[in-house]
Amino acid sequence: MKTESVLEKVFASGELAVTSECGPPRGAVPEKIIEKAKMLQGYVDAVNVTDNQTAMVRMSSFAACVFIRQLGMSPILQMVTRDRNRLAMQADILGAYSHGIDNILCLSGDHPHFGDHPMAANVHDIDSVQFVQMIRDMRDKGRFQGGDDILNPPKMYIGAAANPFADPFELRVARLAKKIKAGTDFIQTQCIYNLDKFEKWMEGVRDRGLHEKVKIMAGITPMKSVGMAKYMKNRVPGMDVPDEIIKRMAGVPKEKQPEEGIKISVEAIERLKAVEGVKGFHIMAIEWEEKVPEIAERAGLLPRPKIDL
Amino acid sequence: MENFEPTIVAFCCHYCAYTAADMAGSKRLCYPSNVKIIRVPCSGKVDAIHIMKALEMGADGVYVAGCLEGDCHFKSGNIDAAKRVAYIKKLLDEIGIGGERVEMILMSAGMGERFAQTAADMTEKIRKLGPNPVKSASLDKAPNAA
Amino acid sequence: MITAERKPMEELIECLRPYHRILLVGCNECVTVCSAGGRKEVGILSSALQMAFMKEGKTLEVKEITLERQCDPEYIEELVTHIDQAEAVMSMACGCGVQEIARRFKTKPVFPAVNTTFMGASERQGVWAERCQGCGECVLGLTGGVCPIARCSKRLLNGPCGGSTNGKCEVDPDMDCAWQLIWDRLKALGIEDRYEENIAAKDWRTGRGGGPRKIIREDLAK
Repeated sequence: MKTESVLEKVFASGELAVTSECGPPRGAVPEKIIEKAKMLQGYVDAVNVTDNQTAMVRMSSFAACVFIRQLGMSPILQMVTRDRNRLAMQADILGAYSHGIDNILCLSGDHPHFGDHPMAANVHDIDSVQFVQMIRDMRDKGRFQGGDDILNPPKMYIGAAANPFADPFELRVARLAKKIKAGTDFIQTQCIYNLDKFEKWMEGVRDRGLHEKVKIMAGITPMKSVGMAKYMKNRVPGMDVPDEIIKRMAGVPKEKQPEEGIKISVEAIERLKAVEGVKGFHIMAIEWEEKVPEIAERAGLLPRPKIDL
Repeated sequence: MENFEPTIVAFCCHYCAYTAADMAGSKRLCYPSNVKIIRVPCSGKVDAIHIMKALEMGADGVYVAGCLEGDCHFKSGNIDAAKRVAYIKKLLDEIGIGGERVEMILMSAGMGERFAQTAADMTEKIRKLGPNPVKSASLDKAPNAA
Repeated sequence: MITAERKPMEELIECLRPYHRILLVGCNECVTVCSAGGRKEVGILSSALQMAFMKEGKTLEVKEITLERQCDPEYIEELVTHIDQAEAVMSMACGCGVQEIARRFKTKPVFPAVNTTFMGASERQGVWAERCQGCGECVLGLTGGVCPIARCSKRLLNGPCGGSTNGKCEVDPDMDCAWQLIWDRLKALGIEDRYEENIAAKDWRTGRGGGPRKIIREDLAK
């Protein structure tokens, strides 16, 4: 074991891991993040906290993770390279680890163009691959990126994102290989609607034995409405929503659409359980966290193993 | 402002617009003498600075007349001219002179009527717009103005 | 070339408002190539400024000069014969030129006529695109001749990100995804394996990160 992370332990036990995510509030309102996290408590192994998602300012992921940790849950600190340079990142990692946060997800981050501060300077001192490498060296070599020794190096369980649906498709397995080479322990994918394409990507992943080098968690986001389905299909870069899904959602009356969306998610989880190399599920129910327990239950993912923090 | 006779400069390409002007002449079609014709080998020869200088020196309106689309003797001179005119119109709006004082007009060599009509239309349009503002400011500074 | 675009007329007229006689200086190099500040543009701007002033019943005398370039003191020196007759100077060159004029003529106000934008190349007539950000440590040999620092919106050295769509960047459907371009080049060159070699974190000291830079050639400096 590289760390004391609950998530690592779940993977090691051979069970499918389950994670979910919370978006922090757009203000100094800790109650909101605590409320969301409590809905997930007991139904997931660890909880991601997003970092200024879609380049909109929110309470920092670090601060929100601290609140979640205080509830006795295991947070996954999401950090983007868009907003911080390597000094700030390493400092935050030391800080987070000191608060008992030992999972991190390394991301580039959505471009400020999409957010509420398009005028801000884009940092990108390092990219997500270099970020993974940096944390691995902090953990395994006990050294800062600049070379000096770290007092009590943070034993972070390192995650990264993968998007089998972004272009160019032919590069998406190679990109995973790059991230694994840099030191990624676990992967959370972009939410999956096009199961065929995902399975094709997994084939490529398995061909190279990559599924044994990293723990892949399939991303699942339940659709609330046909409007949401269309929005995600047309307006979100890197998202692949097949027409059948739109048709299914449109085929039921408005009040029944949320239920249909959950059904689709549960069916996806059932199908993905059978895909070799899928080691868990990352259920992202944006602003719909209360449905995660139901999805986990209907998909046969409960009960979660009891592992002490 | 009464009896304002606008001065219009018309850059006319030799192959089409100028020939159309000749045609108007031989058909004895009248057009206002406000329009001063400058013959150019191609409307594409007219550069932004020529239009600017015409206005700077007091012309109230300027138009560039070239061949119909696809007919330019030099292939695409008329298209280049049209783009330049569009650019100058924007610039003139920016400085408050007004892009409406400049136009790009297309016609073929045989269109004597169109030449005469265009000349008349442009003259009327500019008459309504009033004198070029670069002149009127100095006109206002008459000796007994406040 | 260094590219630039003329500032809005409103801004230019505003900063010249207090003056009656100015020197308008163009540059024969980069800003000529991108049609922002060469001799032609000097003529057009001069005419536009004069008309703007005339419209308000004022006059603006504009002495038009286009130097070979404004980033060498020898050429700036040519302004000496005209500088005293001008109350202010407006330069149509890039930021480098404006500063060199200001450095030479310490008591003469100097104003930029253009917004200097980027180091780029012509894609075709009338279209210029950013190509280089002067990072000081060129990696073009590793990326098939496409720069990820200048042309990737997130300057990823190990891209693409998850937002690349149909070869375009998530920021703008007309913007090429640099990593798609890099991948296409690596394929064309038959060196696809290069892609999986992770490029290490950049040392930004060679770029602007280390402060304003200077090159001194011992063999050439007087």
